[in-house]
Amino acid sequence: MGPKLVVRNLWKVFGPHPQQVLHSEWRHKSRNEVLQATGHVIALRDTSFEVADGQTFVVMGLSGSGKSTLVRCLLRLIEPSEGQVLINGQDILGFHHHQLIQFRRKMAGMVFQRFGLLPHRTVLDNVAFGLEVQGVDKKVRLKRAQELVEVVGLQGWEHSYPSTLSGGMQQRVGLARALAPDPEVLFMDEPFSALDPLIRREMQDELLRLQERLRKTIIFITHDLQEALKMGERIAIMRDGAIVQQGTPEEILTAPSDEYVGEFTKDVRKAAVLTVRSVMRPPGVLVSAWQGPRAAVHAMHQAEEELAFVVDKHERLLGIVTFKAASEAAMKGSACLQELITKSPLVVPADALLESLLTMTVDYDWSIEVLPVVEADGRLVGEVRRASVRDVALAAKAQQPAAPVSPQ
Amino acid sequence: MTQLRPPVTVGPEQGPALTRFLRVARKSWSAAVNAVDNTPLKYVVAPLRAAAAMPRWVWLVAIALTLGSVWSFGAIANIPQGMLVGPTVSRAVDRGVDWMVVNWDVALRSLNFALLQHFLLPLERWLVGLPWWLVAGVVALVAYRVTGPIMAFLATGMIVALAALGLFDLAMTTLAIVITSTVLAVALGVPTGIAMAKSNLVDQAVRPVLDLMQTMPSFVYLIPVIMLFGIGKVPGVIAVVFYAVPPIIRLTNLGIRQVDAGVVEAGRAFGATGTQLLLKVQLPLALPAVMAGLNQTIMMALAMVVVTSMIGAPGLGVEVLNGIARLEVGRGLLGGIGIVIMAIILDRITQGFAKQRQPARTTVAR
Ligand SMILES: Nc1ncnc2c1ncn2[C@@H]1O[C@H](COP(=O)(O)OP(=O)(O)OP(=O)(O)O)[C@@H](O)[C@H]1O
Ligand SMILES: [Mg+2]
Repeated sequence: MGPKLVVRNLWKVFGPHPQQVLHSEWRHKSRNEVLQATGHVIALRDTSFEVADGQTFVVMGLSGSGKSTLVRCLLRLIEPSEGQVLINGQDILGFHHHQLIQFRRKMAGMVFQRFGLLPHRTVLDNVAFGLEVQGVDKKVRLKRAQELVEVVGLQGWEHSYPSTLSGGMQQRVGLARALAPDPEVLFMDEPFSALDPLIRREMQDELLRLQERLRKTIIFITHDLQEALKMGERIAIMRDGAIVQQGTPEEILTAPSDEYVGEFTKDVRKAAVLTVRSVMRPPGVLVSAWQGPRAAVHAMHQAEEELAFVVDKHERLLGIVTFKAASEAAMKGSACLQELITKSPLVVPADALLESLLTMTVDYDWSIEVLPVVEADGRLVGEVRRASVRDVALAAKAQQPAAPVSPQ
Repeated sequence: MTQLRPPVTVGPEQGPALTRFLRVARKSWSAAVNAVDNTPLKYVVAPLRAAAAMPRWVWLVAIALTLGSVWSFGAIANIPQGMLVGPTVSRAVDRGVDWMVVNWDVALRSLNFALLQHFLLPLERWLVGLPWWLVAGVVALVAYRVTGPIMAFLATGMIVALAALGLFDLAMTTLAIVITSTVLAVALGVPTGIAMAKSNLVDQAVRPVLDLMQTMPSFVYLIPVIMLFGIGKVPGVIAVVFYAVPPIIRLTNLGIRQVDAGVVEAGRAFGATGTQLLLKVQLPLALPAVMAGLNQTIMMALAMVVVTSMIGAPGLGVEVLNGIARLEVGRGLLGGIGIVIMAIILDRITQGFAKQRQPARTTVAR
């Protein structure tokens, strides 16, 4: 199955004559030049990306970079000027009016920064709105709405009006309303930006928890890098209407493609976002349990290492062997490595955050200076050394005063 | 404080006399303007200052025009006979109305008849047939529900006063006309307002018509109505409708346009069609504005009812009219009081309804 959502070379020009601007040399000029000379705003410039089914795709950028324009174009709330938006392989820009209405009803759910709730309707009727416009029977839609009110934890508030709810609760209603028709894709335009930090974090966690269960395809807009890193499996960074970089959170953090992205990421507490994977190296010396001490000595000698990792035939870590132990056994003529294996004092999971690596090692005496890194299934994938842990600790300390960061 | 530029000297090609005149004129102008420049008066004279700073040729043209018009006053005081189109226009309108009278006669007659027989008369008969104490009771109840005890008390008192002054039946007749015209005005005005809100083109087309309708003296409506419908109740109703419809059109339009764009966008995002958007989002949220428009429309209808009594619409207006015509001051005053009483009651109650629509959204239901 192909990707859920594909956006290809999408352009949006605001102004009286967008096509004229697009089919002239202005197409290649900067946004400011075009605005000054023609009064047209190039709000989206040749944006392309793909979102896999069940993935959370975050679009991040400063105010005015065209994020809202982008999501609105994906639903054709704003008509794009040029390009393709494919959902399940179908180009929604080719949809007739009727198809478009059906697409919005059945496939898409949207959550707005300023909630966009209907002030004259109760919570329950707001949540049921999407089903109501579809013509779903009243009993059925209210039952479904009730379910979702409970999913977002608002039971007891069904018959209240939105203006009596706090911001966080209103956005829960917004979320429930978007989920009620069980859409395939969820579009969220800065859903938590209007909330105070504490509530925002709570809502983020809640959405992550929901997403664990629902596995919707989500397009999530934000201007907050912390939020982007927390929510996104992939992140695209926008500037002046164009996507300047996209990739996994780690790629964005560790290899910013230009100054603009670097500027975003410089204040981020990397230790809270990056995992051990980003600092580990491939394992130095690897020996299999069936090899003899002689082979182990040879390998360690070759690599000039004091220590070898021993793995089974599935590459799962069994333990470590020191050079001293192996060479003594080899002198004695022992043929078995098995009894030389000792447990590594610490085993680091590859997906652990750097923060937890630091807490893990804070009491460690570093009697052995290399630690094995394993996957969740126990496979050895790398090692971390004392020196790199120290670097991480120093970097984290240097950023301490700035934390916690949320760039506005 | 910026000083005015000194006057530009006039070139030698102009006569010295003109030069001197211009210089003196502009200089004294500047002096006069500068004199008030530091007082609050300066805001008043800002345009005059601008005039002082105008280039020479503007002054020349202005002077020429003034002199020219004074000189030619006698010659073209009256517009040339050939340009006088007034009589032609009025004759064309006359012919148009004649044509309508001839060709639409059947349609107009049946409209007249239908409105009269199936709406206005039954309504009037029913209202007049109500006992005054029942009306007082109902009004008190409604006023109590929508505005509160004080207004309920006052309204009851006023209805009793109406009955005591012997105006009750006339008031009910007037009410029947007001209700009929208001229903028609709403039926006509709300869709027009919606069309204006949905299309800027319609908005631009209808707006000047509304402006015109609202600046026209109310009597003017009577003339074409008499031509088309003759005299009587229905012509009265038609004149009232046209006189009273602008506010509800305007406020429906305004109300819909003022609905939060974010809420409308949300509606669209969930796949609402244009009609669904209108019925489920825009109209409910525009309702307070529409109600305010309705209130104004009712008030204007009441005012117009007096005027339409001149073309035979019965009710309190006739009392006022007769009072004036026969110089029976007391009679006219009573009619006037009756209308004021109706105005107060209708105004308070409809305003109360309009206000009720708003707090409903901010309180917890049930
Ligand atoms: N209807 C419009 N007409 C003209 N220009 C517009 C219109 N809507 C948006 N723009 C312009 O397009 C650009 C992108 O706007 P957009 O709202 O998409 O930015 P954003 O990234 O969502 O910003 P924010 O974080 O403030 O919401 C801005 O420069 C804005 O001025
Ligand atoms: Mg935005």
